Amino acid sequence: MNNGNLDFEKPIMELERRILELESKTQERHTDLLALNQMRETLQNLTAEIFSKLSAWERVQVARHPERPQTIDYLGMVFDDFLELHGDRCFKDDPAIKAGLARLGERTVVVIGQHKGKDTRARLAANYGMPNPEGYRKALRVMRFAEKMRYPVISLIDTPGAFPGIGAEERGQFSAIASNLMEMARLRTPLIGVILAEGGSGGALGVAVVDRLLMLENAWFSVISPEGCAAILFKSNEKEKIAVAAEALKLTAVDLIGLNIVDEVISEPLGGAHRDPQQMAEMLKRALVKHMKELETVETDELLARRYNKWRSIGTLSQDTLVAGDNRGRQTGEDARREDTEGG
Amino acid sequence: MAWNLRFRRKRDLPDGLWLKCLGCGQMVFAKQVEERNQVCPECNFHFRISAGERIRITVDEGTFEELYEDLEPVDYLDFTDRKSYRQRIDEEQAKTGLKDACIIGTASIGGHKTVFGVTDSNFMMGSMGAVVGEKVTLAAEEAVSRRLPLVLFSGSGGGARMQEGVISLSQMAKTAAAIARLHDARVPYISILTNPTMGGVAASWAALGDILIAEPKALIGFAGPRTIKLTLGIDLPDDFQSAEFLLSHGFMDMIVGRQNMKEELTRLLALLAPATHE
Repeated sequence: MNNGNLDFEKPIMELERRILELESKTQERHTDLLALNQMRETLQNLTAEIFSKLSAWERVQVARHPERPQTIDYLGMVFDDFLELHGDRCFKDDPAIKAGLARLGERTVVVIGQHKGKDTRARLAANYGMPNPEGYRKALRVMRFAEKMRYPVISLIDTPGAFPGIGAEERGQFSAIASNLMEMARLRTPLIGVILAEGGSGGALGVAVVDRLLMLENAWFSVISPEGCAAILFKSNEKEKIAVAAEALKLTAVDLIGLNIVDEVISEPLGGAHRDPQQMAEMLKRALVKHMKELETVETDELLARRYNKWRSIGTLSQDTLVAGDNRGRQTGEDARREDTEGG
Repeated sequence: MAWNLRFRRKRDLPDGLWLKCLGCGQMVFAKQVEERNQVCPECNFHFRISAGERIRITVDEGTFEELYEDLEPVDYLDFTDRKSYRQRIDEEQAKTGLKDACIIGTASIGGHKTVFGVTDSNFMMGSMGAVVGEKVTLAAEEAVSRRLPLVLFSGSGGGARMQEGVISLSQMAKTAAAIARLHDARVPYISILTNPTMGGVAASWAALGDILIAEPKALIGFAGPRTIKLTLGIDLPDDFQSAEFLLSHGFMDMIVGRQNMKEELTRLLALLAPATHE
């Protein structure tokens, strides 16, 4: 079986296999090396070509790739000395949201990160990344600590959605998410969010009311999953309908830049974050440090006023605002990509 | 008469004389139900009512002045499923006579002036798109600038409206941010959750009142019961996500029947009055 490789990755995998084969056989002959170089170049072009043409639904699949780096990978690669804190001080510790102190560059920050788990056991333990109310309450508790200490908050977002369960409803999932939305809107410290892979509806938004919302190139963020949307609107679970729903929902990073929801798209290594997690982490770190430095120069009242306006201006229904839109300080997907290419 | 839509009529009886209650299944006199503000005389089941009806039975006669009535939905995503969102909006507007699922205004309740709002679950299941989000936000901002208590009735089985995608989702953050400002300004907010209040509406402004009131037996929660049933493959407890379930788990301040709603709101507003006038 393939290791969770996606259909559209198969030509890439096949070419990689042939390159490896030739590498093992080659005897440093000039013709072999030439052929190898040519194949490597073809591989680059092929990958670039395939990934530049991904449909919305294919991007969702990249976001869900079993080898895609997760919160726990970035905790190690982006931050120094992550110290985990547990529990909501009320009911229990929710493994679907990690929280703690860490260093980002020179600064102490508070990190909250939605956690999915790498293997079946870890996934089960983390409830497949679907938080319960205690997860949102833990996040809020550590964010309040961040406010007290004036530490910036970095929120790593990756969830299919908040958990739909009996206990979750008994303990007020609606109330926990609503409280986070309200308290994050007025938290007196800088907040930066990054959608790493899946931004599933209210479950993602519950840790995403931030000053700057960033998004990895192949991540998605939507009011509902493509499957959920297809089930409700088309009464269907066929792949084609799900793909149509994914397209209609405008859930890709480029769509969301266009809708002024996301402030910056962080480019992924060629072929997706899972092809080079280390490079992905470096790019993420660079973006986080840049935004943190910018936000730190803003006085707190001004920071809160801007945060209010950022969310307040979405869907004001005035055509003028829609067309003119406040695009200052935002980058298009193209700009973001260009900048990262130049920088890298 | 729009409310007729929510009753199943027995075929061999004259139109509108008898109705079958959706709560207890009994045949009841239509007129009696109507006189009791659409509450079943047998089992106290609260039928869904329109925004217009809600305003009529809750506020002092002749005091409601509508605000922001011109706001109309925008098809931000150019969304089409089986039919286009534009077409759905036209149909819903024709069906309900509303521009979208929310009406906001100023009104007096028992002589107390308020900023008053209600969502109508007949319009696309009362789901929140940009119009509902914007109107609730404007209402909160209005309450702050006029220093009037905010009273909002929610009824939404739909939560955040799928057809406006992430724009709808963001209305949760937008309305919650506006309610945060209202709390900071020390203006009171009474939220009344009616059947059904779910998803993105429950998980944003509806949950953020200083006082949370539910109508009896109203369905209130985050995930829909069908979704939970499908995800877990188990049967749900009888009273699951009911107003009574939420009261006993500590998420509601009180349950108030429609018959007493105006009286209870008047009591509350009288107690809150000094706080709003410093």
